[in-house]
Amino acid sequence: MDFKTKALTKSIWVFHFASASCNNCDIEILDALTPKFDLERFGILLVGSIRHADVMLVTGAVSHKGAVRLKRIYEQAPKPCLVIAVGCCACSMCIFRDSYNMSGPVDRLIPVHAYIPGCPPKPEAMIMGVVKLVKALKKG
Amino acid sequence: MVNTLFYFIVFPGFLFTALVGLLVSWIDRKVTARVQWRVGPPILQPVYDFVKLLGKETIVPQGGSRSTFLFAPLFGLAAVTAVSTLLWLVMFSPEKTFLGDLIVVIYLLTIPSISLILGGFASANPLASLGASREMKMILAYELPFILAIFTPVIQAHGLIRLGDLLQYQWANSIFLSSWSGFIAFVVAIICMQAKLALVPFDIPEAETEIIAGPYIEYSGAPLALYKLTRWMMLFVVPMFLVVMFMGGIIFRGWHILWGILKYVLLLVIIILMRNTNPRLRIDQAIKFFWGPMTILAVIGIILAFLGI
Repeated sequence: MDFKTKALTKSIWVFHFASASCNNCDIEILDALTPKFDLERFGILLVGSIRHADVMLVTGAVSHKGAVRLKRIYEQAPKPCLVIAVGCCACSMCIFRDSYNMSGPVDRLIPVHAYIPGCPPKPEAMIMGVVKLVKALKKG
Repeated sequence: MVNTLFYFIVFPGFLFTALVGLLVSWIDRKVTARVQWRVGPPILQPVYDFVKLLGKETIVPQGGSRSTFLFAPLFGLAAVTAVSTLLWLVMFSPEKTFLGDLIVVIYLLTIPSISLILGGFASANPLASLGASREMKMILAYELPFILAIFTPVIQAHGLIRLGDLLQYQWANSIFLSSWSGFIAFVVAIICMQAKLALVPFDIPEAETEIIAGPYIEYSGAPLALYKLTRWMMLFVVPMFLVVMFMGGIIFRGWHILWGILKYVLLLVIIILMRNTNPRLRIDQAIKFFWGPMTILAVIGIILAFLGI
């Protein structure tokens, strides 16, 4: 594994995009970034601007208005940028499967590289998801 | 010619300052983590951050000035490298000082902030413009007491204005910190240094919760890596400047080297503790603070220096 990929796996800057979620997944993401789980050990930092991000965490089943913005934000992210769908709603729309006002799960709009199911997923589950993503990156 | 290139690029110029800057930024993050009862990143973390940023795509926003956007980080990097080269060369051999080098250092130390303002305004983003305008107001605010504080040692040394002469004066007599005027000026200079480094409580331009990274918002990839490197190098260079002005620099003989490094570490610890225990100020509060109490304190320091205390 060359040094460029190694640096990408060791320094992951995370951007959080919440679209029409009930905010429980967002609260759990916030919990994962607190000193109790200390994700800075792994080089994970929360950034405010999408242009600084390596990983975009998307929560919530995406509404129609949110879908437009989600696609625009994904295009604004400098590649390589990975997308992680956090929570059942982002992975598969869950109980909102047949609703009229949702634009579908995230992978219908932008490419998703990891799915973290749960309603909401515990911070430990999110960390395991990130670790699996990093291992998959290392393999190629 | 080859000598000058070596000094500027390898030691004590770019490579040396960049490596120590990486180390110092790691120390900052590690101590912050410890203060918050957590473990913190490993020592190579700034290297990973820098290399990762170099490998990302560089996106230039539409509507902004393309060449200004891409070249702005280079000015700050070059300026901070020049300051570091000057300071360390003067510390190694004080007779190499030239007339006006103190003024040159003060001017060069404002250039990283100016390059950030340039980059912010070239970004064609209202949040970046807001952050850049806040940075401009901050420079107006803190430069006045900073320059007053820096000239207090000059007054105390009866008008010696070359850096080498100031160093040799301190080695012959006592360091400027040991007098009352020097101490007051040192306190003012530390607080102005916190604003110059754009650290809490004065990280107003990059107020994350308010304006999402401020002037840095549209930067990605290699230009962002250069901005971050400039910030880390400033964290090394500006306290070193204060050590030279107020604490007699580093004397390169035996145990004095360790003593000199400890002087720098003391300033670093003060910066990190201030950074971790304070909330952020509003820009109008910061301006009132620097033009009010800080300037008055700096003027008191200058009066005491004229009186010889």
